[in-house]
Amino acid sequence: MPQVDTTTNAGQLLAAASGGRRRVGDRVFSNTATAAAVTILALLAGVAIFLIAKGMPAFTHSASELPGGKTFIDYVAPLAFGTVLAASFAAIVAVPLAVAVALFITHIAPPRVALTLGYLVDLLAAIPSIIYGLWGIFVLGPAAVPVMQWLEEKLGFIPFFAGPASATGRTMFVAGLVLAVMILPIVSAVAREVFSQTPRKLQEGAQALGATRWEMIRMTVLPFGKSSVISGTMLGLGRALGETMAVTIILSASGAVTFNLISQSNPSTIAANIALDFPESSGLAVNVLIATGLVLFAITLVTNMAARAIIARQNRGE
Amino acid sequence: MLGAADKKRSAVESGSEKVAETATATAPGDLAQAPMAAKAKTIEARNVNLYYGAFHAVENVTLTIAPNKVTALIGSSGCGKTTFLRSLNRMHELTPGATVEGEITLDGEDMYASGVDPVRVRRLVGMVFQAPNPFPTMSIYDNVASGLNLNATRIKKAQKDEVVERSLRGANLWDEVKDRLDKPGLSLSGGQQQRLCIARATAVEPEVLLMDEPCSALDPVATLAIEDLIGELKSRYTIAIVTHNMQQAARASDLTAFFNLEESGKPGRLVEVGETETIFTNPTQKATEDYVTGRFG
Repeated sequence: MPQVDTTTNAGQLLAAASGGRRRVGDRVFSNTATAAAVTILALLAGVAIFLIAKGMPAFTHSASELPGGKTFIDYVAPLAFGTVLAASFAAIVAVPLAVAVALFITHIAPPRVALTLGYLVDLLAAIPSIIYGLWGIFVLGPAAVPVMQWLEEKLGFIPFFAGPASATGRTMFVAGLVLAVMILPIVSAVAREVFSQTPRKLQEGAQALGATRWEMIRMTVLPFGKSSVISGTMLGLGRALGETMAVTIILSASGAVTFNLISQSNPSTIAANIALDFPESSGLAVNVLIATGLVLFAITLVTNMAARAIIARQNRGE
Repeated sequence: MLGAADKKRSAVESGSEKVAETATATAPGDLAQAPMAAKAKTIEARNVNLYYGAFHAVENVTLTIAPNKVTALIGSSGCGKTTFLRSLNRMHELTPGATVEGEITLDGEDMYASGVDPVRVRRLVGMVFQAPNPFPTMSIYDNVASGLNLNATRIKKAQKDEVVERSLRGANLWDEVKDRLDKPGLSLSGGQQQRLCIARATAVEPEVLLMDEPCSALDPVATLAIEDLIGELKSRYTIAIVTHNMQQAARASDLTAFFNLEESGKPGRLVEVGETETIFTNPTQKATEDYVTGRFG
């Protein structure tokens, strides 16, 4: 305490501490942060403007002028359907699995096992999607053929499994499963983070009532983590909707609009369709592909906004 | 009772008998004074040593928590009284690395015997915590009822309503919340939340109630309300309460156990236990006298 005698020089003390005005470091920091935030907005706007400008011709030209002789809506609808179907199926498979993995890691596994398993799950996210595609077509696809035949036989009355089961495994079913594996790490990471933050006093409160571990999880951990599971799911959906390589490789697409997951004829997805057709397109066909990209952009935007709305309502309601 | 599978529902069954009894009682004030004395159970700890990993937290405690009495555990911070309290319903072992040596019995039955399910022990020996911890996503009603549906127990709505009302009345909270049972538990004040937690703990009809500094987060008015409540609850339960508040121990307890540790890093020990009045006026140990008169700790 060398400098100031606080009892006598209070005024000088305050003036010295603030340095008279805001410190340079503070200003540099706040300007940099603001600039970063503005850049994000500009990028987002730039992408949207590009999509709208380049995609516009697809909306203004008549069906006869467009490649394939279909209106743009007729062209994009089956693709959008396939995109949403693949992503939804992936989420339905991945979310329960991811929640179970997150619960196991945070509340059941011994610490060392939990740590290792956590790393391994995160590692799933580091595998490039082209590898997933190759694995899907060479390993999972053939392996899934008997499963799909069984589904057709036993559960054929459900439209999803109407069949006839594909003999190659290049189906929506397999593509969805691969997407599920791909989004598992992100959903599970988000859930894990929040599950592990469940206040200890709540967990102990449940256990002091005589709750078993599962009952404690149901009473405290799951309600506490609910909104994070929803936002994790939406993040995963966002990835699954836009995933290109794996789907492009695996799916044998015929453009059919069908809920049948296991047959030879499947709807394609927007992203896979762009990847497949772009190299051979020119002129107006390119504009059409970009316009389908705009539709994909809109779908992911709506998904994210829905997630925010759900979370906001939860936070308000409880 | 602890191990026998066919008695697994005994707490709930005796709970329903009690509902039948109280249904015939007229004045709600009678509930707290209802003749339940026969039900309260004794906890006996013999040569109990508690560890966190290699750290020896509590050494060689032998103590009886007497039925229908309030036993206060006092002592300076870190002397192991909360740790000891948590060993009485097997909450201690939930901390990773925590272990227990010695014997703790509930009415003669060893809580730590190999066939005993800790979940069952915690059902019989309830706990109220330092900070109120109502479940944030649940309403007032659901908080009180939260222990009733555990372990695959199903009870009828009408019966649940009765248990909730009886528990809230027992916790002196009913009149304040009866018109808003569907509101979140967190909408209550701190003192009300703590009484809600007491109602939640008593709704499952435990034999013993453990309280870990239940008033430390509350203002003096709320504290007094909880102390009054403790005085009423002892007619039905065996109660052990950890407190840092000397006046509270003197006001609310019948028996007082003084814990101390010789120096930091050494395990905590039970120095002396006796009638609260004796401990506060005429203790046998110098350390006790120093502590209760505020000369240290």
